[in-house]
Formats: sequence, structure tokens, C-alpha cells
Amino acid sequence: MIKFENVTKIYPSNKPGSEDTIALENISFEVKPKEFVSIVGKSGAGKTTLLKLLLAEEKPTSGTIFFEGQDINQILPEDLPNLRRKIGVVFQDYRLLPSKTAYENIAYAMEVIGASDEEIARDVPKVLEIVGLDEKAHNFPAELSGGEKQRVAIARALVHRPDVILADEPTGNLDPYHTIGIIDLLLKIQEMGTTIILATHDKDVVNRLGKRVITLENGRIIRDDERGRFVL
Amino acid sequence: MFTLLRRIIRSGWQSFRRDGEIAVATIFVLFLAVMLVSVLYLFRDVAHSLVENIQERIDISVYFKEDVAEADILEIKKEIFRFPEVKEVEYVSKDQALEDFIVRHEQDSILLESIEEVGRNPFLASLNIKAWDPSQYEKVSEFLKNPEFEDVIEKIDYYQRKLIIERICSLNSIISKTGMILSVILIAVAVAVTFNTIRLSIYNSRKEIKVQRLVGASNWFIRGPFIVQGIICGLLAALISLLLLTLTCKFVSTKTENFFFDLDVYSLFIKNFWTIVTIQIITGIGLGIVSSSIAIRKYLKI
Repeated sequence: MIKFENVTKIYPSNKPGSEDTIALENISFEVKPKEFVSIVGKSGAGKTTLLKLLLAEEKPTSGTIFFEGQDINQILPEDLPNLRRKIGVVFQDYRLLPSKTAYENIAYAMEVIGASDEEIARDVPKVLEIVGLDEKAHNFPAELSGGEKQRVAIARALVHRPDVILADEPTGNLDPYHTIGIIDLLLKIQEMGTTIILATHDKDVVNRLGKRVITLENGRIIRDDERGRFVL
Repeated sequence: MFTLLRRIIRSGWQSFRRDGEIAVATIFVLFLAVMLVSVLYLFRDVAHSLVENIQERIDISVYFKEDVAEADILEIKKEIFRFPEVKEVEYVSKDQALEDFIVRHEQDSILLESIEEVGRNPFLASLNIKAWDPSQYEKVSEFLKNPEFEDVIEKIDYYQRKLIIERICSLNSIISKTGMILSVILIAVAVAVTFNTIRLSIYNSRKEIKVQRLVGASNWFIRGPFIVQGIICGLLAALISLLLLTLTCKFVSTKTENFFFDLDVYSLFIKNFWTIVTIQIITGIGLGIVSSSIAIRKYLKI
């Protein structure tokens, strides 16, 4: 379903004389449908870059990325929305729309795919309840705590039932109670047929999952275990 | 399709309401632009009306000798009226002239007394000739200088006014040209300022736009609400400037009524009311839409 083939991403440096940043170097791996993959590594290892490439937010310096058989780079800008509607993303920095309430932020993901008002009215409250934010449905992001914002971001990523969910540190700001809740939620969603790619440096989460783990270090894959554990 | 439109409009309206400061700035700038365009339009009309007014008062008066028979004068009147350049010819008899004088100066007893002193009617019969266009008076006066009229005409009151007439004609065309150039420059400036203000407000939302792209919104779904905001601001700007213009015209009218011989700015405004409203709405909304569409293009590239 998702395939990275010899992907390298280099960020050119602004200052003359200083080196370019190699975010990813010669990455190759494949994710099958309905798989649950965790991508782990230190901060700066390249986890977020990997997700950015998958979303076509950035282009690889070399190599190819395939999504459902299609080369992402060949997709024209006006067709990119179609790709992105199949993917639900939980951004590390939440990226909520500040001028919309929590409810509206989540509903936006459904409006974008053209869901009817009935579907939205049915699903958004449900999802708010699942992440425990029904009380705060009509608050703006500025009025929410970090953890609450993160939960809104999570809700937005899954409300439109995408084929793939990319979650970038989705539990970073959550207390242990909510963390477990979210991870269990993701597992449940995966069982229902969604592919999940989770980027994290939370040791407990990874070990608890017992799923496939790809370990990144300095932009390279150093381990890829089917039943992985977080190894320092 | 309709749902999509409804969502875009609702989103645009929401954003407009929730971001007060930026809306106020945008409306203000649009208001200035709309005001400028309407005032220029009105001004052109006022200027023309003024000139026309003055032109209306231009005429040739031909005074006939004391002993000329009325029938002869009326003959000449018919002849003159045959000229296509002549708009109207009015015959003022001696008696009529005296009557008019008395009425005009009824407050001035000294003048009236002096008429009585003279004993007889000192006024001459005359023809007031009005042409369609000031440039045509020359032709009419040439005709009247014809030797056959020499012994009936006492005086032709034209040459004294000729200079004024020519000056007014050239003034008219100067006003038109200058007005045009000035208008174009001012409007260009207004458009530039408006576009920039709207561009700034969209720049402010650039992160939001990027997020919207990344969750899969199509370009029109993102653009739509901004254009809606542009339309709302444009409409409001047009409304406010309509109100202000009405009040200003009313005010100016009362002040300049007597100054510019019955130039009624307010009634001119009313006469052109619907044209002005249309101009304002088109300018306001047009500027709003075009500025929003162009300004957002840069941020839709992700």
C-alpha cells in the first residue's frame, strides 16, 4: 500500500559554507494494508520528515514514494487533495484551524470529503465523545490545553474514516490515562481495516503495542522488527 | 453542489464575524475606494451640469430700431428660426421689455421713478436667440450682419460675450481631460491600496490555508470563504459610502445652492441614484473579489 524506494531527503542549508541537512538517507520499506507500524527514533531522526513526504508536503530529493501503487510525486497539485483525503494526519504541532471551534475543526475533515450534514451531525459528536471532549466541542483552540488540542487533532484525523492514519507523536501531551485510551483507539481502528503509521519516541507505547517497529537514526533505518520493542 | 456553496458561504460569514479587526480595516479601505469612484463620477456630472448651466445663459440679443414694425421683426424671427443651429428664438416686445424691467426691479423705487421721468418707454424690441451649441453663435451672428438687416437692427449683443463663450468652451474640455487623467491615477492608487490590504489579511491566514490544503481541501473550498469575505466587505463598504454620499450631497447642496446659480447637487445625485448605487456595488464587490482571488493564489501552491 505504501512503499518507500531509496528515498533521500536533503534540506539545503541557507548559510554558505555550512552543510546541508540530510533528513533521510536511502530509506526503503513497505507497509501493507491494515498494518500497524510504529516509527521510532530520537528527536531529529527523521520521523516527521517521513510523514511529510508521504503527505506530499515535501518532495524527496531522490527516490520514489508509492501510495496505493501511484507515484506521489507525479500527482498534479490540483489532484493532491484526493490523495490527502484518504489519509488522516495527526500533526505533532496539532495544526488546528484557529478560527474554528473544536467541533468545526473536526467537521471540516468531513466537509472536505463532501459528507452530508446528517453524517457530520452523527459522527462528529461520537468522535468527540470517544476522545473525551464533548464538553469542549464549542471552544476555540486558543481556549484548549495542549492535551485537549491534541485530542481534537486526533479526532479530526479519524472522523472521516481514512484508509491510512499517520500519527506524529499523538500522545506527547497526554496524561497516561488518555495515552492508553488513544493507543487502544488506534488499535481498534486498525482492526476495522485502517492502516496505521505511528511516529513516536514514547518507549512505553511502543513496548505495549508489540507491533512492527521501524527504527530510524540519523535519517537511516537501522532496525525493522515485526514484533518490535523500543531499544535504546 | 449546493451543500458545498452553502458551506463556503457559512465559513466565509463565520470568518468575517470572528476576525473583527481585519474586517474593519478591509471595509475601510474598500469604502475609500468606492467613495472615490462615486465622487469622481458625481463630480464629472456636476462639472458638466455647471458648464451646461452657464452655456444655457448664453444667448444673442438682437435689438431692433425704435420704429421697426412688429410684423417685420416676426418675419426675421421666422427666418432665423429656420437655421438648424438655432434652438429657440424669443421675441420681446417693447412693452414686454418694460414690464420685465419693472418686475425685476420692483424693490428699487429710484429706478422706477427714473423710468417715469423719461416719460416714454426707453426699451427696444428684441429677439433672444439661443443656439444648440455655443460654437454655433458665430454663424448666427454672421447672418445677422448681413447688410439687408442693417437698417432695422440697432445692436447685436454678442461680441461682448464672445470671449466668455469661448473661454467656457475651452474650460469645459480642459476639465474633462484633467478630470479623466486625475481619475485614472486616483483610482489606480485606491485599487493598489485595497489590494494590498486584502493581501495582508490573507497573508495572516497563510498557515491556516496550508493546513486546509494538507487535510485535503480543494482549492475552491479554500478560496471560497475568502472571496465571500471580500464580497461581504465590499457590500458593506458600498452601503456605508452610499449613506455618506447621500448625506454629503444634501449638505453640500444647501451650501452651494445660491453660489452656483441653481446648481442642485442633491437633485443631481438623486437623478443618478441608481447608476451611483450600481457603480458603488460593482466597485466594492468587484475589488473585494478580485483582490481576494489574486492574493490567495500564492498560498494554494502546497
